[in-house]
Order: sequence, then structure tokens, then C-alpha cells
Amino acid sequence: MPEKKEIKGVIERISGSLVVAGGMEGASMQDVVHIGELGLVGEILEVNGDKASIQVYEETSGLMPGEPVVSMGEPLSVELGPGIIEQFYDGIQRPLELIEKAAKSHYISRGISVPAIDRSKKWNFNPKVKVGDDVIAGDILGVVQETVVVEHRIMVPYGVKGKVAKIEKGDHTVEDVIAVIDDNGTKHEVKMLQRWPVRKPRPVARRLPPNVPMTTGQRVVDAFFPVALGGTACVPGPFGSGKTVIQHQFAKWAQAQIVVYVGCGERGNEMTDVLLEFPELDDPQTGQPLMKRTTLIANTSNMPVAAREASVYTAITLAEYYRDMGYSVALMADSTSRWAEALREMSGRLEEMPGEEGYPAYLGTRLASFYERAGRCIVNGKEGREGSITVIGAVSPPGGDLSEPVTQNTLRVTKVFWGLDANLAYQRHFPAINWLNSYSLYTERLDPYWDEKFDDQWTSLRVEAMSLLEQEAQLNEVVRLVGIDALSRDERMVMETAKSLREDFLHQNAFHEIDTYASMDKQFKMLKTIVNFHHAGLDALHKNAPMNKLFNLPVREQIARMRYLEEKDIGQIDKLEDTIKEQINGIVPVGGDSNAA
Amino acid sequence: MLPREYRTISSISGPLMMVEKTSDVRFDELVEITLGNGEKRRGRVLEIEKDRALVQVFEGTSGIENEDTKVRFVGKVLTLPVSKDMLGRVFNGRGEPIDGGAPLIAEQNLDINGMPMNPFSRDFPSEFIQTGISTIDGLNPMVRGQKLPIFSASGLPHNRMAAQIARQATVISGHEDFAVVFAAMGITFEEASFFMEDFRRTGALQRTVLYINLADDPAIERISTPRIALTAAEYLAFECNMHVVVILTDLTNYCEALREISAARKEVPGRRGYPGYLYTDLATMYERAGRLKGKSGSITQIPILTMPEDDKTHPIPDLTGYITEGQIILSRSLHRQGIYPPVDVMPSLSRLKDKGIGKDKTREDHADLMNQLFAAYARGKEAKELAVILGEGALSDEDKAFAKFSTVFEDKYIRQGEYENRTIQETLQLGWDLLTMIPVKELKRIRDAYIEKYLKPLLNKGDA
Repeated sequence: MPEKKEIKGVIERISGSLVVAGGMEGASMQDVVHIGELGLVGEILEVNGDKASIQVYEETSGLMPGEPVVSMGEPLSVELGPGIIEQFYDGIQRPLELIEKAAKSHYISRGISVPAIDRSKKWNFNPKVKVGDDVIAGDILGVVQETVVVEHRIMVPYGVKGKVAKIEKGDHTVEDVIAVIDDNGTKHEVKMLQRWPVRKPRPVARRLPPNVPMTTGQRVVDAFFPVALGGTACVPGPFGSGKTVIQHQFAKWAQAQIVVYVGCGERGNEMTDVLLEFPELDDPQTGQPLMKRTTLIANTSNMPVAAREASVYTAITLAEYYRDMGYSVALMADSTSRWAEALREMSGRLEEMPGEEGYPAYLGTRLASFYERAGRCIVNGKEGREGSITVIGAVSPPGGDLSEPVTQNTLRVTKVFWGLDANLAYQRHFPAINWLNSYSLYTERLDPYWDEKFDDQWTSLRVEAMSLLEQEAQLNEVVRLVGIDALSRDERMVMETAKSLREDFLHQNAFHEIDTYASMDKQFKMLKTIVNFHHAGLDALHKNAPMNKLFNLPVREQIARMRYLEEKDIGQIDKLEDTIKEQINGIVPVGGDSNAA
Repeated sequence: MLPREYRTISSISGPLMMVEKTSDVRFDELVEITLGNGEKRRGRVLEIEKDRALVQVFEGTSGIENEDTKVRFVGKVLTLPVSKDMLGRVFNGRGEPIDGGAPLIAEQNLDINGMPMNPFSRDFPSEFIQTGISTIDGLNPMVRGQKLPIFSASGLPHNRMAAQIARQATVISGHEDFAVVFAAMGITFEEASFFMEDFRRTGALQRTVLYINLADDPAIERISTPRIALTAAEYLAFECNMHVVVILTDLTNYCEALREISAARKEVPGRRGYPGYLYTDLATMYERAGRLKGKSGSITQIPILTMPEDDKTHPIPDLTGYITEGQIILSRSLHRQGIYPPVDVMPSLSRLKDKGIGKDKTREDHADLMNQLFAAYARGKEAKELAVILGEGALSDEDKAFAKFSTVFEDKYIRQGEYENRTIQETLQLGWDLLTMIPVKELKRIRDAYIEKYLKPLLNKGDA
């Protein structure tokens, strides 16, 4: 690391969250500075001669020209080490609980400096290497049990390699030296606490293609618009269309080992909701509370706008750190539009030439470089561990208009698009993901995975169900013009099945204790039953079965209630196949066969 | 520190003026301006560059010139004197009494900008507020600490509805200290006197604090009015442990004032000329609603805004909707049909509804019933649209039932009197009564147990 140098300047100009300081010769871009007597935290955005433009992560009211500005000569960094999971941070990694204690108030006051990671807590360090072992950056030196479900792996820091000269088993604080690595005479002391600049992606050994699914327990997502481990997805939608509920559902049920949830410029109550709910909810994979594998970052809309800009970087750096340990990490960002607005606000104050709708011209590159930090990869280290970061970003387009710059730039880099539809939300069809305009570029890559699991039936089922929904949309046009009676009997059957798909499969109640999560097995069985009924129904109609009777068979109510079956009872769904056959046979007229030419 | 006085105004433009050769001026600090004729005005520092300070004058800049006008930097931010005696009083948009009463003896002086609540210190709102209005209680239940705006448009009865909510709002469990803080921004004298009259007549005034900035008051003053009101509300809620409902009307006027300042500063505009930071600015107000751990009081916000051209995608309603926890939208078409309150049920939403309802809060069946009523009304409206194109004959029997349901629903459930205060039990019962019009098999959103318990008795009664 280059030598840290302290640079002192003075405030010259203050405009909202932007401060311009003079006498900052030698300061570099993106260095952290402390501003004024209060020591507010800020970051250098622009250097011009001896003047530095600084975005301040705290409220600037009360500052005055002439107050000191001190640069620490170090970029904005996060602290990495055991104690991150179960934490609730603000945008620049200050634990909100400690802020409350330090401020002795329910409000966030300024100039508070609290450590991101507890310095006094002792962790039981369990070495995985012995003295004399050769190690390279990324190798695991040892582990500590961070929470019941998360084993925290302490890695050799980047830029360090050599022979293990010393390794300390037992209880240590994060600042104790737990290992010494000898690189041909140069001794590196390794602590559990490490630092990493947030704007610099952590390197990996090699990236892998996204061909393993990340299930979410949400039927419309897993069955039709799946996301792969290491994939990127975006959820744009107007307000009230259920973006946040979907993000919460992913955070709860997504099949990831670590969840990083960043509330970026969103509502305070929502973060409180997550904070209160997650310790109560049990994770279906581990049986332990979800909070035991989650870390939360909140920069609510009323907190200083510049820290909002930093919060997504803080989040993804934490995610990368756990990825490097070999975990699959899911990162939910709600919402990236607020992050883009923070960029816009700072850009405006810097008097930069605006691009579309006042957003800076570099909006697209910033978004792309954020999403590119997702991925499934082999991480550094001799072992060749596999880790992944899946990023799901919510977008809040103004007026629900998807042509706006943030949505468009996001769509260019993300591979899954879950388009939320206000009309569906009005009808209380949740999740309000529109099945006609949403897409996932991972579908083809993931089909083989599920086909192997479900006896080669998955792809054909999915394709048929989707095409039924598509046909319904076309037939609806006809119905709107000339009425439902103009449809043929076969077409009526398509309409019925599509309705069943919509109401009994796609619709999912996030607040129902059972319906909120569906395993892939359950989803497969449900989908299969609905499509089965369609085939059997068509067949019966060809045999002159009366349409009204067919549509009102009692088994249809059972189909509608499949979703409420507990996971342990899903075997019952298989039995519906016989029930369908039996009841349909009951309404086919005797000799109907011969008429079906 | 000695107050510093300057006569160095160099330029005046719109609500802004530039003061030169200043020293030790703090960002955001309060400024007192004395005109040549002795008139006093106030302002705040918007920007400082070395020895120049840009000041925003709350009461407007007319009459200010650069010879006799004196500018004094007070050395602190704008504060509001607060005390429990505020209740029952009427103030102007700057927080000065205008009801002829004595000036307030301050218990505390508080910064009107407040500070952001630590999300860790928040307590989640989960206590149901009964407003006595079925469309809110039954379909979009409101909880203490929520911010639920009313999206209205010119010519719709949002004021009557707001007054009705202020009058009727109670919690089911017990009786506690309850107060209303009312902030009017740029509303007409007529509207303001409607509220004052209504509060006075119904006796609500004693537990109300009013801040009134009328349409002919300086527009810039509107920037501080809601913040003053919220500061008063925070004091009542978290220092005096009261449950406070804050009604802010009309946010559209507030945003226009904000745009005026932004334009005067020549900032790069965002959508429709509104500043790019409109979202953040609105959030710093709306987010002051909530509950805090260990405090028994709460702040519930009901901001009212009129959508320009009934357009929900206009930046003001749009950004508001992204911050608030739902929205109640009023419908012109229902209003035309003479239905009061004309709540447009479909796009209205209370995001915290699931937290405030259910067993031990309202009733176990509330959530399912609510979902079913929404779904049924949506389907009924769709069927009616279809019937308009194709004629009633084209509808299936079920669709006919839904179409009829939606008509009766509007007439019986949505419509209610301005002084009709329905309990939640009455509202729920009404919902079940209406659902008897629909075949049981179509009631997919309701658990069997509740159908047995609540619907079957009604159906059997019908059969008997």
C-alpha cells in the first residue's frame, strides 16, 4: 500500500452536500476527507488545481468557509472481518445500532464515528493451515463461526504470499495478529480485520458461465423467468406495483448462502420491517432465522443523499468478500433509481453538462460497472473455490415510464427483466410481474438443469404453459371485439387453462404462511397438473363432453387450492392426475369417441 | 458571537439575494433582513462561496434594495418555539400566532429541519387506526405512524374527506392523547376557513394546531410551513407522548415554490422543470412520520396533493407515491356519479395494511375479505366494460354476477355520509353481505374456514 499522507485545506464554498475546499494540493480523486470542526465524512469527486470538490456524506448545515478539511490520503473503504452478518449498517458502513448509542438519540446526529466491526469481541479462530505451508492470496488461513449458519473464512489478503511462519489458534479480537506470512524474508502480519476500497472490484481467478439456477420460491420467477447464480436481474415498476415486497421475498427465500440487502433511498419503515421480521423468519434451507445469514445496509430517503451513492458500493464490496470465501451471495438493491438520483444531484452541484433528464452522461457506465461486479466465478486461492454474487436491482421509473434513462441503461446490462404491471397490481394479482413482457436470458441455459431433475419434462411443460398464456392474450383481443361466444370449443379450453395458470399458479400471496414459498418440486407438480387438465379437457371436448360441466368439475377447486398444500403434503398433487381422469371420464358421453373425427 | 450586520447586497433575483464581503457565515443559517422602512423579513443561507452568501428570503424580495437594507446573520438555523399550549392555536406559515392570542411561551426551540430518524430506532407501525370510512378501513387500512397521502385533483372533495378523517380517526384499543397538526400551504382563504369552521364546530379545534399559509402569502414561506408543522408534531408526539395526525395540504403548491427557487438559482432541472432533488426534499418531510422505540407517541401523515390534469405520473404525485406508504386516489368519475367519498378503490393502496389488520387487531378474516373484494370489484368493472362494447348478453352468468356486484359495491360500500362513522365491524359485515352476490366457487382468495364461518350463515339465511 502507498504511504498515507495527510493533506489539510480549508472550506471555500458550500452548496448543499457539495463542499469545495482550497489548499488541497496533492489530494487524489475518491480520497476520504474529514470536513469542518465536526469532522463530517466526505469523498473527493473532482480535483482542479488546489481545489477539491467533495461530496459530504452527512448534513452540511452549520459549516462555514475557513473551516478545515483534512484528507486521509485513502480511498473510501469498508472493513471486512467477522461481525458483518446480522449487522445493520448505514451507507458508509456505520452500524446504526452503535450510532443510536453514540448519539444517545433516536435521530442520526452528525460527526459520529463508530467502528464498523466490533473491536472488543473475541472470536474463536480455528486454523486450516500449519506453519511451513505455502499460501497465496485468497487461501483460507482458518475459520471462525460468525453465526450459527455462517462459517467466516479468514483469507490471505491480496498481494500477500509466502510461507506460514506463525498461526495463532484460539480466541482473538479482529485486531490481533492471527498469522504471520513470510515472503522470502518479508514478514506480513495478518489480522482478521482487513480493508478494501469500495469502488475497486475484488479480483477473482476466473469467471464461470451462469448455468446453475438460483431458486427463489416464487413461481412466476422460477418457472418462467428464472435467474441464474451469478446473474443480474432488474425489477422496474411504478410505485405500488410491489417492487419492495418482491425484493423482500427474494431476500427471504432465494437459495443463497448470504444475503446482502441494501435499502437505498427508500422508506425508513421498510427497513425497520426487515429488521424486525428477519430474526423471526426461519430460513427453509437451514431452519435458522434468516437474519443469521443476512446483512442490511440502509440509507433511507431522508438520510444524506451522498451516502446513498456510496451505499450500493459498500454493499457489493461486502458481497464480494463473502463470495471470495466461496459462498453464493444474493444482493438486493432497492432502489437503483434513488442511487442514480443521488448521482444526478451531485453532478448538478458540480455543474457538469447534463445528459438525458438531467442525469450525468456517465450514468450508463456507472450502472454497468456496478452490475458487472456480479457473477459466478472461481475465486482466488489454490483450492479453486466457487463463489457467486447474484444482483437483483429494483428500478423506480418516474411515472412507470420504462423509456427513462435509468431503466434503459439498466436493461442494457441486466439479463433478467421482471416487468411489474400497475394493472395487475390494481387487480391485486401479485407478484405483479407481467408474463407477456418480462424475459430471462437464462431460461435456455437453465432448462437442461431442470430437465435432468424432472425426467425431461420441464422444458416442454414450461414452453406449453407460456404459449397458452400468449394465446390467451391474443384470444382476449378477439373476445373484446366479438364476445366470448365467438370462440371455438378448443379456444375456450385455452382460455380456461390460461386463467387457471394465472390464478392458481402465477398468483402467489406473499403474506400467506404456506403460499409465500413454493419449492421447485411443488412448482413442477402444480404446473404439470394444470397442463394435464388442459390435455384431458381438450380430449374430452373432442369426445363431445359438455363444456360447462367440464369447466365446473369439482377437481378444479382442488387444482385452485394446490398452492395451499404444505411442502410435506405435495405428494397429494400427484393423486390429482387420477381424479382428473376419473371426473372427466364421468362427463364424456357414452360413445363420444366415435363422434370425434 | 456578535451578530454581524451587512449592507452589501449585490444582486437580487426572484426570492434570492447575494450578500458580499461576509465573514463567518454558516451554511443554512437564519438571516434577518431589515428594510429601509423598518420592515423585517427572514431568510436562510443557501450557498456560500468564500465571502459571498446566497440568501433565500422567505417573504419575497420585493422592496429590498442595496442601499438601506440591512442583513444580519443570526448564527443559528431557523428554529420554532414549541410548547403544549400550541394546541387550539392558529399560526401563520412562519409559525407566528395569527389568532389574536398571546405569543407562545416556548418550552423548547427546535430546528425546523429536524434530523433523520435512525431506522434502527424506529418502531414498526402496526396499530390500526379506524377512520370510520369503509374504503380506507376495509380496503386500505391505515396504521399509526404511517404516511398515507390523498391524491386528489381540482374540484374533488379532498378537503371534506380530510376533515372527516381528522374528526373520526381513533384507535380501537383504548383512548389516548390525540392531536391534529394542520398545515395549509397556498390554499385559499375559503378552504382554510372551511377547516377552521369544521374543527371549531365539532370541537376538534382544542386538540388541533393550525399553520396557515394562504394563496396570497409569499410563496417562498411555503417551503418552511410543512417543516414548522412537522417540528410541532414531533414535539407533541415524542416529547408529550401524543398520537398526532399531520394533515399537509396542498403539497402541489409547496413543490411549485420549490421549483421557483430552483429556477432562480439556475439549477439543472429534472422532469418538468422541478429540481432533481425533489424526491430527496419531499422525503425529508414525509419520512418524519413514524414511531420511535420506547416512545408511546406517533406521527401519522396525511399529505394532500392535487394532481395537475388528474395525471398520476406528474412528478409530484409520482415521487410522493414512491416515498409514502401507499396512496388514496380520488376518482372524478365516482364524484360525477355523486358518490362521496369518491375513493378510486383499484389504484388506492395502503402498504402497511397487512401489519395493522387480522386477529387481535381488527378481525381474522380481514385480509382475505379485503383481497376478495378487490378482486371481485376489478372483475366486475372489467365485465361492465365488456358489456358496454358487446351488450349485456355477451356476458357469462358469472360475469353478470360480478358486474352487478361492482355496481352495488360502489353504491353501498364506497358511498357513505360525510358524518357517517362506520366501525370496522360494520365495514367487514358490509363486505360479507356484498359477497353473497357472487358464486362461492369464485371466492378463491378466501380460506375455506372463513367462508364457513362468515359467509355460510348469510347464505343460509337467504335460503330460509
